Amino acid sequence: MELTTVWFILIAVLWIGYFVLEGFDFGVGILLRILGRDEPERRAILRTIGPVWDGNEVWLLVAGGATFAAFPEWYATLFSGFYLALFAILVALIFRGIAIEYRNKRPDPAWRSRWDWAITGGSFTAALLWGVAFGNIVQGVPIDANKQFTGTFFTLLNPYGILGGLTTLLLFTTHGAVFLALKSEGVIRERANRAAWLIGLPTAVVAVAFLAWTQLIRGDAASAIIAALAAAAFVGGIAANRVRREGWAFLGSAAAIALAVVSLFVALFPDVMPSSTDAAYSLTTTNASSTEYTLTIMTVVAVLFTPLVLLYQGWTYWVFRKRISVPPATPER
Amino acid sequence: MDPLLLARWQFGITTVYHFLLVPITIGLSFIVAGFQTAWFRTGDEKYLRLTRFFGDLFLINFALGVVTGIVQEFQFGMNWSAYSRYVGDIFGAPLAMEGLLAFFLESTFLGLWIFGWGRLSKGLHLATIWITATGTLLSAYFILAANSWMQHPVGYEVNAAAGRAELKDIMAVLLNSTNMVTFPHTIAAAFMTAGAFVTGVALWRLLRRGDEDGPTFRTAARVGAVIVLVSGVAVAVSGDAQARLMTQQQPMKMAAAEALFETSQPASFSLFTIGSLNGSKELFSIRVPGLLSFLATGSFDGKVEGINNIQARYVQEYGPGDYTPNTPITYWTFRLMIGLGALAGIAALWFLWALRKGRLPGRLAVTTAILLPFLPLVANSLGWLFTEIGRQPWIVFGLMTTPLGVTPGSSALVVLFTLVGFTLLYGVLGLIEIGLIARRVRAGLAPPEPPAGSHDEGEPALALGY
Repeated sequence: MELTTVWFILIAVLWIGYFVLEGFDFGVGILLRILGRDEPERRAILRTIGPVWDGNEVWLLVAGGATFAAFPEWYATLFSGFYLALFAILVALIFRGIAIEYRNKRPDPAWRSRWDWAITGGSFTAALLWGVAFGNIVQGVPIDANKQFTGTFFTLLNPYGILGGLTTLLLFTTHGAVFLALKSEGVIRERANRAAWLIGLPTAVVAVAFLAWTQLIRGDAASAIIAALAAAAFVGGIAANRVRREGWAFLGSAAAIALAVVSLFVALFPDVMPSSTDAAYSLTTTNASSTEYTLTIMTVVAVLFTPLVLLYQGWTYWVFRKRISVPPATPER
Repeated sequence: MDPLLLARWQFGITTVYHFLLVPITIGLSFIVAGFQTAWFRTGDEKYLRLTRFFGDLFLINFALGVVTGIVQEFQFGMNWSAYSRYVGDIFGAPLAMEGLLAFFLESTFLGLWIFGWGRLSKGLHLATIWITATGTLLSAYFILAANSWMQHPVGYEVNAAAGRAELKDIMAVLLNSTNMVTFPHTIAAAFMTAGAFVTGVALWRLLRRGDEDGPTFRTAARVGAVIVLVSGVAVAVSGDAQARLMTQQQPMKMAAAEALFETSQPASFSLFTIGSLNGSKELFSIRVPGLLSFLATGSFDGKVEGINNIQARYVQEYGPGDYTPNTPITYWTFRLMIGLGALAGIAALWFLWALRKGRLPGRLAVTTAILLPFLPLVANSLGWLFTEIGRQPWIVFGLMTTPLGVTPGSSALVVLFTLVGFTLLYGVLGLIEIGLIARRVRAGLAPPEPPAGSHDEGEPALALGY
C-alpha cells in the first residue's frame, strides 16, 4: 500500500479516536445542566469525564499535528480556509476546558453556574462546528489552482454542512448520554438512560439523512455499506440502552461514530479536500502529501508509539471503571 | 492595516502568553513530584501537604497552559499557511511527535494523578506525576527542535520543482546543534521560574501570615530558592554556549543584540545606553571592555562582526534587502533578559541567607517575594522576543522571509477580529487564573489529615480532583 494511503487511514483513525472519545465528553457537557439538577449531581456528572477528557482532547492535537506532518497542503488549506470556524472551535474548546477545571476551585454557586454554562456552551458549539467542517470537507469547497480556499465563513453554512453539524451535535449528545448511563449510578443513570432514548430517535433520523445525502454527493458502494453499518450500530446501541445494557449501548454508539467517520473518509478518498471550483484543483492524498522519506519516518513513529498510547489510555479507563454515584451532601472544603 | 503585521502580533501575543504558563508547568511538575517523593520516602506529613498545596497551584496553571496550547498547534495553518506548505515536510514531524509522545503522556497521567489518590498504590501514584513531568520535558524538546530548525535549518534540501523544503535527515533536525543549547537553556529557565514561584508563594505565607505552618513554608521557600540558584547557574552557562553558537549561526542577531554597527576587535559590551540605537549616535553608555568579544567568541579579544558588514554580506548572499532586525528591541530585550535573570538569582541568594538557622528576613522581603516570580517570567518572555525578533526578516533563517510565510490573501479585518478575540479572552482568563492562585495561596495548606469518611472509593481522598 502507498504510504500516502497509509497516512490517509491514520488520519482517519485519529479523527475516529477524537470523535469517539471527546464526542462523549462533549455530550456529557451538553447535558450537564439538564441531567444534573443540583450541585452534587453536576459534580458527579463531571467526575465521569474528569480523569479522561484532557487525554481525549489530545487526539485532536495529534490529528492536527499528523495532518501537518503527513499532508502539509491539507493542513494549510483547511486551517487557513476554515479560519473563522476554527477560531470559534478554539474559543469553544478554551472555554470548556477552563470551565471543567476551574468550576470546582470556588464553592460560590454563581461562579459554578457561570462555568457550567461555559461547559455546555463550549461543548455545544464545538460538537456542532466539527460536523459543519467535516460536511464541507466531504462536499467540497471553493479551492483555486494554488490550493487556496476562496470562500468565506458563510460558504460553510450551506444546508448540507449544517445538516452535518446537526448530525455530530445530536450524535455526540446521544453518545454522551449513553456514556453517562454507563458510568453513573442511581438518579443520574436513570435520567441519562432516558435522555439517550429520547435524543437517540431524532439523532437516528438526522444521521441517516446526512449519510444518505453524502451518498448523493460523492458516494460509492463501500461508503454506502459502511454508512448503513453505522446506522445499524447506532440503532443497536439505542436498543441496548433501552433494555439497560449500557455497555453494549456505548459500544453501539461508539461504533456508529467510528463507522460514520470511516464512511466519510471512504467517500472522500483519494481526495482529502475536493475543490468545488474545479475537480482538477482538488487536494488529494498524493498532491497534498509530504515526501516518502517524511512519511516513512512518521510511520515508524506511529507504529511504535500508537499502541503504547492506546495501552495506557485504555488502562486509565480501567482504573476509573467504577460507576460514579451522587455522594450524600458533604461539607465544602 | 497590514494582515502580515496583525498575524505577527497574533503569533507574538498568543505565544508569549502561552509561554508565561509553560515554564511554571514544566518546573512545578518536577517540584511537586519532588515533594511527593519526599513524602513517599520519609512519610513526613509536611511533604504531603506541600504536594497538595503546590499541586493545586500547578493544576490551576496547567489548565490554562493546555487550552492555550491548542491555539499554538493550529495557528501555523491559520495565519501562516504559506509557511506551513513550504516547510511542512520538515516542521510538521516534530509537532506530530510532540503530540503523540508527549501530549498523550502528560494529559493521561495527569488525569491519573489528580483522580488516582487512594485508588492507585502510593508508589504507582507517585510514578504518575513523574511521568507527567517527563512528558512536559519531551514536549519542550520536540517543540524546541521545531523552533531550532527555524533558527538554524538543517537536514533538508530545497525542491525547486515542488516549491518547498524537504526533509532529508530527521536525526539532523532532532539533534540540531541549536537545540542542544536551546533546550537546556529553556528548561533551566523553566526551573528557575517555578523555583521563584515556589519561593515567592512560600515566603509570602511565611512573612505575611506567620501561621502555624511556618516551618513547612520555610522548607518550601528554601527548596525554591536553591532551585532558583542552581538553575540560574545552568541558565547562565547554557545561555553563554547559546550566544557563542548564535554568533556563528546568526551573527546578525548577536550584532543587533549589542547594536554593534561596525566590526570590532575586541568588542565591548554596553550595560546601558542612552542615545539613538538605529544610528551611530550615542550620548552615554556604560561599557565593559571585551565582554561582547567574550560572549560571542569565548575570548576577550575576539573579533565580532558588526551589523553593517553582515548586511553587506547578506545582500551579496541573498540579494537586495534589509537583513537587519529591529535593533532597539533586540538590544534591550537581550540585556533586560540577562539583568532580570541575574536579579532573580541575587534575590534567591539573599532569601537563603536571610532564612538561615531559623531566622526570618525583614519586611522588605515581603515585597520582594511577591515580585520574585515575575523576574524570570518576564525574562523568559524577553528571551523569546529577542530570539524571534532578532531572527527577522527571516521566518526560517536564510531560507524564507516572514512576509512570504503569511497566509496569502488573508483579510486584515478577519485577522484583527481573531487577534482582538484571543487577546480579550486570554486577558480575562489570565485575571481569573491570577485570582484563583491568590485565593489558593491565601487559603494555605490543607489540614494534615484528610477529612474522615472520605476514603471510600468513589471520592478522591485528597480532593485535588472534583
